[in-house]
Amino acid sequence: MQVSMSVNGDEVTEEIEARMLLVHFLRDQLGLTGTHWGCDTSNCGTCVVWMDGEPVKSCTVLAAMAGGHEVRTVEGLERDGELDPVQQGFMECHGLQCGFCTPGMLMTARALLDRNPSPSTDEIRQAISGQICRCTGYATIVRSIQWAASYEAAATVGSAS
Amino acid sequence: MPDLEPGQTHLHAGRSVLRPDLIEKVTGAAQYCVDIRRSGMLHAKIVRSRRAHARIASIDTSAARAMSGVVAVIVASDLAGLFARFGHIVPDHEILASGKVRYYGEPVAIVVADTEAAASDALDYVDVDYEDLPAVMSAEEALAPGAPLVHEEQHRRVDVDSLSPVETGADQGELRTSNVAHEATLEWGDVDSVWPVAAAVVENRMHYPMLYAYAMEPYNAVASFDEGRLEVDSTAQHPFMVRDDLARIFSLPLAAVTVRAPYLGGGYGSKSYTKVEPLAAVASWRTGRPVKLVLDVEESIYTTRADSAEVHVRSAFDDQGHILAREIDIVMDSGAYADNSPLVVAKSVNRSFGPYRVPNLRVRGRSVYTNTSPASSYRGFGAPQGVLAGETNLEQAADRLGIDSAELRRRNLVRPGEEILHGKRGIDADLPADLEMVVGALREHAPEDQSWFASAMACSASDAGAFPVSTATVRVQADGSVIVLSGSTEMGQGSRSALAQIAAEELRVELRVVTVRQSDTGATAYERTTGASRTTTLTGLALQRACQDALSKLRSMAAEVKGCSADEIAPSPAGFALPGGDTISYGEVVRSWFGAAAGEVTGIGLLRREGATAKMPPFWEIGMIGVGCRIDPATGAIAVEQLVTVGDVGFAINPQAVEAQDLGAATQGLGCALFEELLYDGPQLMNPNIVDYRVPRMRDLPGRIDAMLAERRDGVGPYGAKGSGEGALNPIAAAVATAVARVVGRWPDRVPLTPERVWRLINETGPDDTTGDRSSPREG
Ligand code: FES
Ligand code: FES
Repeated sequence: MQVSMSVNGDEVTEEIEARMLLVHFLRDQLGLTGTHWGCDTSNCGTCVVWMDGEPVKSCTVLAAMAGGHEVRTVEGLERDGELDPVQQGFMECHGLQCGFCTPGMLMTARALLDRNPSPSTDEIRQAISGQICRCTGYATIVRSIQWAASYEAAATVGSAS
Repeated sequence: MPDLEPGQTHLHAGRSVLRPDLIEKVTGAAQYCVDIRRSGMLHAKIVRSRRAHARIASIDTSAARAMSGVVAVIVASDLAGLFARFGHIVPDHEILASGKVRYYGEPVAIVVADTEAAASDALDYVDVDYEDLPAVMSAEEALAPGAPLVHEEQHRRVDVDSLSPVETGADQGELRTSNVAHEATLEWGDVDSVWPVAAAVVENRMHYPMLYAYAMEPYNAVASFDEGRLEVDSTAQHPFMVRDDLARIFSLPLAAVTVRAPYLGGGYGSKSYTKVEPLAAVASWRTGRPVKLVLDVEESIYTTRADSAEVHVRSAFDDQGHILAREIDIVMDSGAYADNSPLVVAKSVNRSFGPYRVPNLRVRGRSVYTNTSPASSYRGFGAPQGVLAGETNLEQAADRLGIDSAELRRRNLVRPGEEILHGKRGIDADLPADLEMVVGALREHAPEDQSWFASAMACSASDAGAFPVSTATVRVQADGSVIVLSGSTEMGQGSRSALAQIAAEELRVELRVVTVRQSDTGATAYERTTGASRTTTLTGLALQRACQDALSKLRSMAAEVKGCSADEIAPSPAGFALPGGDTISYGEVVRSWFGAAAGEVTGIGLLRREGATAKMPPFWEIGMIGVGCRIDPATGAIAVEQLVTVGDVGFAINPQAVEAQDLGAATQGLGCALFEELLYDGPQLMNPNIVDYRVPRMRDLPGRIDAMLAERRDGVGPYGAKGSGEGALNPIAAAVATAVARVVGRWPDRVPLTPERVWRLINETGPDDTTGDRSSPREG
C-alpha cells in the first residue's frame, strides 16, 4: 500500500507493507536511524517521535496510521542549524552515556517543555516515567531537562528586555 | 587550550570536558550497529529450540524454503567442513544445535530471506522433530548423583589465568563425567583448626538471581563473506576476540577477518565475547550475500544472562571481632554453555571473602552446566554473587558480636598496599578512608523519621580481570592534528573522550584536534577486550607510550630539519622549542621532514605484563556503598531514600563521566537488589521480556544521591588512574539486604527483595530456615 505523511517538514510518499510499524518506516524506509528501536512492546521508549506534536511510541503505531499526519523525529529537533536547548542540556549535564535511549528522551523532554516551560522535578520524572535508560541511573537526565528549562527561561527574559 | 589553574597539574586530564561522542548522540547522527545496512543485504531470523534438552530426530526445512522471499534455511549439517563451535575458554558452544538441543531458545536453524518479515513468517514452517531427554534445570539437579549430562564431551580449555591452552584434554573425544564446567579453589592457613577455638562462628547462605543486563540495543550483526574474506559489523565489546573465534570457524587467517564495533547501545559486559556473529557469518557464507541478524529482546535474554549463584559462607571471629577464618562455597548455574562462566566463577572465588585480613581461608567455586540459557559476563562478574553472601555474613557477625558493623570492618579491612591474594598486587586503595566517607554521608543525612528505616553499607574489592595486552597508535598529521587508533569499544562509558584527553595531554595539543577511531580489527590497534574496566588504565598506558614514541620521532625529525641536536629541543605547546627561542609545530616538523605539504608520523605503544603492569591484577576495583532504605510495612515495598557511592578511582580523567558510571552501576545494582530476576518455570523462562523482567525506572531514582570520588593517584594507569564502572554495583545488593534485615529483624536468604518477599519476611513467622540467627527488630 501507499502512505504519505510529513516527516520533519518534508512530504514523503512510500510504498509499504500494511503491517509495517512507523519505527521501521522511519528507520528502514527513510533511513532516519536517529529514532531507535529497542523492545517492540511499547515499553522502553527509545522509539518516541511526535505525531502532530504529541509524543508517541513509534513501535506502537502502524506506518499506515501515520498517513496524513505530521511526524517529527530527533533529526528534526535542531532549528536553523542550532541545537535545541534539550539537546544542549543533555550534553552539558551528561544526560546520556551509550545514547541509545536519548532520542526518545529528547522528544519527550521537548514536548514537556513546550507545554510546561518550568516543570518541577516530579513533573519531569512523571514525563519520562514511560521510558527506560539503562546507563545513567536517570539523575543526570532530570538535570539535563532542568538545564534546558532554565536556559530557555533565561533566553526569554533576555529577549524581552 | 585551557590554562593550568593553581592546584591543577594537567591541561586536559582530570577535567569534565564535553565528550565528543555526545553531539552525534543528541542529533541522532550516531551510528549503531543496528543502523547499518549493506547493499544486497539479506535478513536472518533464528529458529529456536522449544525444548530444554532433547535429541533432534529430524528437521524438515522444505516448507520454509518454498515460502516467498526465503533464500535459504541453514541447519547444523550445512556447516560440515567448518569448525562449527565457538568459545574463548571452552569451545563448546555450537553455532547451531547438532544432535541435541541443550536449552530452550537455542538456535536450531537460520532462515535467510529478502526481508526481515519474510524470514519471520517462515520460522514456523521449519519443522523440528524432538525426542525429549531428561533435563537438569538447576545447579542442584545438575550436581545430583547420576544427573543427565548437558555435555558428554570434554573440549580443550584455555587457562583463565594465563590465557594459554590447557595441555590436558583432547579437543574432542574425551568424555565428561559430571556437569561441572569449571572448578576454582583458593586456600591458605588451616580453617578447620579455627572453628573450635573461635569466639563466634557465623554461617549464612544467599542466593543471587539470574540477571539480564538489558543493553537497550539488542544483539545484532551484519556479516559479508566474500572470496575467502569475512567482514562483520557487530555489537561486540571485544571485536578482536570475536575475530579470533570467526577465523577458527572458517579456518581463515586472522588478517582475513575484519570485525568492527560501532557505537554500542549499552554493553555492561553482556556484549563481551562472541554472540550472534557466527550465525550471521555462516548465513553469509552459505548465501554469498551480506546478511543482517537482529535479535529481539526475548532472544537476547536467551542469548546471555548472568550466572546465578548459591553461596554458603562460614566465618570465625575472635571476641574483638577480628576475622580468624572464612570458608566459602559458591555454586553457579552457568547454563548450557561455558562461555565466560569459568572466569566468572574464578573471579567470584577471589572476590567473595572481601578486602579483609583473613588468616585462614578456603573457597571453592563451581560453575555448573544446566539446561538453561547460557550465562556469561555481566558488569562486576563474579563479585556481586560472592559479595552478597560475604558482606551479609559480616553484618550478621556484627549483630552476634555486638559490635557496630562499620567498626567491625575497620578492624578487619586491609590497609593500602596490603595483599589480600598472596603474591598478587597489594590493595591500591585506602579502604578505611573510603569507609569513613560512606559512614559520614549516611550519618550526616540520616532522616529524622527513623520508623521502618535503616541505613547500611557494604564494600568489595575486585581483582580486575584485565590482562595487560594492549596496543595503541597515534598518527600525527601534516597539520598537527592527531588520530588515535584503539581497539577499545565505545559503549557509553566515555572511552573515546578519555583517550582523546590522554592523547591531548601527552602531546600538549588542543582536545579538538584529536580524533579517536576505535574497534576495527582491520584498521585500528589491537586491544584484547573492552571489559574489566581496563580501558583507562591499560589502553591509556599504551596510548601514553604511543604518544611518547611519536614525540621522540618528531623530536629527531625536528633536529634533523633544523640542524641541531635532539637534546637541545624542548617541549612546547603543540610542538617544540628550538635553541635560540623559536618554536616549531608538529605540523611543520612533519611537512619539512617529508619536504611536501603532506606526510604523517606514527607512534606505537605496546603494553604487556612487565614493569608497572607485571603484577596481576593491574588494579583493584573498589566498591564502597551506603544505602538508606524505608520499607512500607503494608506492601513490603522498599524506597531507597539515600544512595552513597565512593568511586575510589585513583584519578578521574573525566570526573563527570566517572560519576555517571558510578551512578549507572549503582542503579543496575539496585535493580538486582530490588526487582530483577529471570525465573524459570519448567523448561522455559517465565519472564523473558522487559514488562515482567523489571529494570529500574525513573520513579525508582533514589531520593538523595551522594556520589563522591576518592582521588589518591594510587593506580598504575595514566596520572594515577584506575578502572571504574563496576565497583558501585558489586556490594549494593548486600547493603540493601542488610538494611532490610535491620528494619525487619530477619535476614533474607536471597535477592531481589521484591515487595512480596519483604512482606513475607515481615509477616511470616516461623523458623527462618536458612539464614541462621534471628535478631530482634531494631528500630530507631
Ligand atoms: S521500541 Fe518502542 S517502546 Fe521500545
Ligand atoms: S544512555 Fe544508554 S540507555 Fe540511556
